[in-house]
Amino acid sequence: MNLIVLLLIPLITSLGILLSRGIIQIRVISLLGAMLQLAAGLFLLAMYWSERSSGNNAQMLFESSYAWFAPLNINFHIGVDGISIAMILLTAFVVLSGILVSWKEETMSKEFFFLLIFLSLGAYGFFISLDLFTMFFFLEVAVIPKFLLIGIWGSGKKEYSAMKLALMLMGGSALVLVGLLGLYFNTNTGNGSHTFDLLQIAAMNIPIEAQRIFFPFAFIGFGVFTALFPFHTWVPDGHSSAPTAASMFLAGISMKLGGYGCLRMATYLMPQAAQEYAWIIVLLATIAIIYGAFATMMQTDLKYINAYSSVSHCGFVLLGIGMLTETAITGAVMQMVSHGLMTALFFAAIGMIYSRTHTRMVAQLGGIMKVMPFISTVFVIAGLCSLGLPGFSGFVAEMTVFMGAWQNAETFYRIATILACASIVVTAVYILRAVGQAVMGPITDSHFSNLADAAWNEKLAASLLIIGIVAIGVAPFWLFDLIAPVTETIMLQMGNAIVK
Amino acid sequence: MNEYSYTALIPLLPLASFLLLGLFGRKYLSSVSGWLGTGSMLVSSILSLIAAWQYFFTDGMVNGAYQKIIAIQYTWLQFSPNVSIDMGILLDPISAMMLMVVTFVSLMVHVYSLGYMKGEERYATYYAFLSLFTFSMLGLVLSSNIFQIYIFWELVGVSSYLLIGFYFDRPAAVAASKKAFIVTRFADLGFLIGILILSFYTETLDFNLLIERLSTPTPQLTGIITASFMGISALTWGLVLVFIGGAGKSAMFPLHIWLPDAMEGPTPVSALIHAATMVVAGVFLVARLFPVFILSAPAALEVVMYTGVFSALLAAIIACTQTDIKRVLAYSTMSQIGYMMFALGVSGYYAESGAGYMASMFHLFTHAFYKSLLFLGAGAVIHLVHSNEMKDMGGLRKFMPITHLTFLIACLAISGIPPFAGFFSKEAILHAAHVNNSFIYWLALITSGITAFYMFRLYFSIFWNKASKIHDNHHGEGTWSMKIPLLLLAIGTLLAGFIPFSSFVTADGIPYHSVFNIGFSVLPVLFGLSGITIAWLLYQKQNERAEKISGSLGGLYHAAYRKFYIDEVYLFFTKKIVFNLIGKPAAWFDRNIVDGFMNLLAVITQEISALIKELQSGKVQGYAIYFFSAICALTILFIYILN
Repeated sequence: MNLIVLLLIPLITSLGILLSRGIIQIRVISLLGAMLQLAAGLFLLAMYWSERSSGNNAQMLFESSYAWFAPLNINFHIGVDGISIAMILLTAFVVLSGILVSWKEETMSKEFFFLLIFLSLGAYGFFISLDLFTMFFFLEVAVIPKFLLIGIWGSGKKEYSAMKLALMLMGGSALVLVGLLGLYFNTNTGNGSHTFDLLQIAAMNIPIEAQRIFFPFAFIGFGVFTALFPFHTWVPDGHSSAPTAASMFLAGISMKLGGYGCLRMATYLMPQAAQEYAWIIVLLATIAIIYGAFATMMQTDLKYINAYSSVSHCGFVLLGIGMLTETAITGAVMQMVSHGLMTALFFAAIGMIYSRTHTRMVAQLGGIMKVMPFISTVFVIAGLCSLGLPGFSGFVAEMTVFMGAWQNAETFYRIATILACASIVVTAVYILRAVGQAVMGPITDSHFSNLADAAWNEKLAASLLIIGIVAIGVAPFWLFDLIAPVTETIMLQMGNAIVK
Repeated sequence: MNEYSYTALIPLLPLASFLLLGLFGRKYLSSVSGWLGTGSMLVSSILSLIAAWQYFFTDGMVNGAYQKIIAIQYTWLQFSPNVSIDMGILLDPISAMMLMVVTFVSLMVHVYSLGYMKGEERYATYYAFLSLFTFSMLGLVLSSNIFQIYIFWELVGVSSYLLIGFYFDRPAAVAASKKAFIVTRFADLGFLIGILILSFYTETLDFNLLIERLSTPTPQLTGIITASFMGISALTWGLVLVFIGGAGKSAMFPLHIWLPDAMEGPTPVSALIHAATMVVAGVFLVARLFPVFILSAPAALEVVMYTGVFSALLAAIIACTQTDIKRVLAYSTMSQIGYMMFALGVSGYYAESGAGYMASMFHLFTHAFYKSLLFLGAGAVIHLVHSNEMKDMGGLRKFMPITHLTFLIACLAISGIPPFAGFFSKEAILHAAHVNNSFIYWLALITSGITAFYMFRLYFSIFWNKASKIHDNHHGEGTWSMKIPLLLLAIGTLLAGFIPFSSFVTADGIPYHSVFNIGFSVLPVLFGLSGITIAWLLYQKQNERAEKISGSLGGLYHAAYRKFYIDEVYLFFTKKIVFNLIGKPAAWFDRNIVDGFMNLLAVITQEISALIKELQSGKVQGYAIYFFSAICALTILFIYILN
């Protein structure tokens, strides 16, 4: 399968949107495009399985490379492994449900859907790139639409939030840029020239001094995207001001770019530094988990609750990466997928509630289970997934992280693991408070009693995400088997680094 | 595949019923959902009976001992070559016994609810949740892997949450469901860390391997697990943490505070979840890991013992003062589970020294019958008088003869009066305690006297005492679907005690013949009878005696009535400490310090740019001045300073 297809689908879709007339055409084209994305993603998964089962053990599959800027050795080198496929599937799920949720968006709908689709182009490009420079390029492609989505279609103090998000993510990108240039100039392909190629760099021995300097740039840079403490403050404001679909994309996809980047570029390419700095990563991740959870407890706005809980949940991603055991890293990637689906579902439910009741304040809501059973059930399911109920993806991912983290037997890491485990209690507190006050209880506002339950598009969007969540929660082995071989190569890289 | 493959259907049928009713129940199956749930439960119960029969009488016994049979096992998540979460079915005496208990009580509750929940708006949802609970509980008792049990442990927790909060428009129900979930979640944290510890040392999550490796450790493993951490061995830590999980589910002090509040749920749910099945999960868990407790970490078992006996006594005292009949029953459940716990604590392992273990399981078995009977009876009473308070009852025996009779049987059973089931199992527990630890024995004996007192206080207040306030008996005792479960459970309560339990369930799997000692029973029965007599004097007829006594006890009575202020302590801890001292500062810190710093950066950037933006104002005169002054400055620099 030629991976360019993954870029062509959103590209053609977005062009089609630009050329289309009338809201119906725009909707149909976006929906078709998003469905094609999902089909392509599933097809890719099937192809991957058939390749692997036929004994193809190459690290990357479906590779192809095109020279982009030969003098600097920049190639458009693409290929996928299990982690990329997991991320591509996640993106496809979130995009399709995001399009469905925004079905009724009527203000500047052409631009809105164009930007959504364009954002997915950036994400796919990022996940299939095996060249650091093109990876960076697509990272930027994925940032800019968000600024517009929040600034134009957002609510509340949207200009402030859009600017804050764009600036902080740009700041992160700038750090990433320093990191990747640092890597570039420390490579040597034999004849004195340098390379951006991920696989080539992995095979080289980046000097430890260089690793020490550039690892923090790359890791913190990507860390900003995945809400690394203390660079997470764009998350609450950005999410709360964003329109529903943009929140879903932001939490479901954009934050995952960060985790993926941390793992791919920082940890994989600079394994020695990753080991040296592991304790700092674990420390920051543990702070994010606990402190994010406690901060969530005090929030009164549903979107803020989910945004802060994202800080806490993304902490598990970083914790898993920092623990540097095979199981923990696998768990981190599972948590990325799980969190992506789960927050997208949560934001979708919040959006549905908000569009009807016109409030997101927990105290003003109440008893909506009676009038909107479907939406409320979706909200409860998202909540239960968030607090790590077995049967949903969150449980599997968190437990894999815990199991892996416990293998790291030094006292410091043990304490971090126990603290991270303790967050499951705090999570239960804030989730059940939100559920108890907003969804259950008597109806607080008489206007609520004649509100309509979910429409077909909303039902479809929610069901899609729930299917994803349950597919991982009930049968986690397929996702695990997708990811585990990749983490094995990462661990191999670690092992080699120690020998070197 | 083997001859036990069909056991997979036992949990899967309720699961199917849950999915069907959960997805389509509300819209399409509302009217038949009760029958659907009950039907699947009936099949499941029959299969359980077959499985238990097959296990106990055909295959289970090999070389004079009951073996553990793995009926089914699938790898669910392979962490590493050795460590994996498996989904499986493990059959051994206790899981076979639990299978019967869970399916039978669940079936009774399903049938009872046909009448009790009739006309309920969310009838289908109710049955969906019941099915979900039954599925989870069956998965729990059949687990072959410690992580599997944790998974189902969480699932029973959430089904309990959903059912307690079934009447979600009542704030009290919502609060109670939240409390139940959070308190047990807190305990589960202990369980989780316990699992991490145990699996780390044994490098397995499989129950059989785990138990085998820990109960007869290799010298190398012994060295590791007895390494002390803060003066306590690693293994003891692990087991105590696991026990904390069990104590949370089984409402042991100090994690019991959720159980009385959980009575906000529909009464049949209380009978199923909060009396007969889920709350004994903690006892089951300790019993499951019993060889490890007894052979490798007796210190952890002592924790179990003291927690159990203290909870039994505390709950019994509180129960004497409560006026809500369901709350009295909730405390009595806690007390009886305390018995089961300390019975495990006083037990040995081999042959007859393991009598405590046998007695604990026996008590679990008999308790399931009479406690669910009590709850279902209470449900019938509440159905009639529309109140949970004793003051609204009295003299009801004429209106509900069947409920009255069955309730009386259950009260006699829980008070340990022969020949009812509770007598035999409580006798066995007291005997085991008497042999091993006389301090525990005396506490248990006193508790059993108190038990008889508060149970008959309950009985007399409901059925005797003052004249009934009910004038027109408009809907009588309830439908036959409500009466039949009462009768069946009463028959169970009458007969269960005669089962020679030690021939089936023993600590080491080898059956023995227990000798019944009549002489020993005299004292406990006397305690029981005196409790009943006091209750008869105080409550059989309306009088002032009880008021006077409680008045003379003053502070002590009040403290017990307020449940010894344990709830208030928790409330203080969560509201004042967790919310005000951790949550609020964290949120404030985030908004003002962390984010404030980011905003400060932005402001500084803005200020600096405002300062220097004049340099590029686009005004040519300005540029000319900068140009000229720079040339002057350079001239001065080169001519006068650097020269």
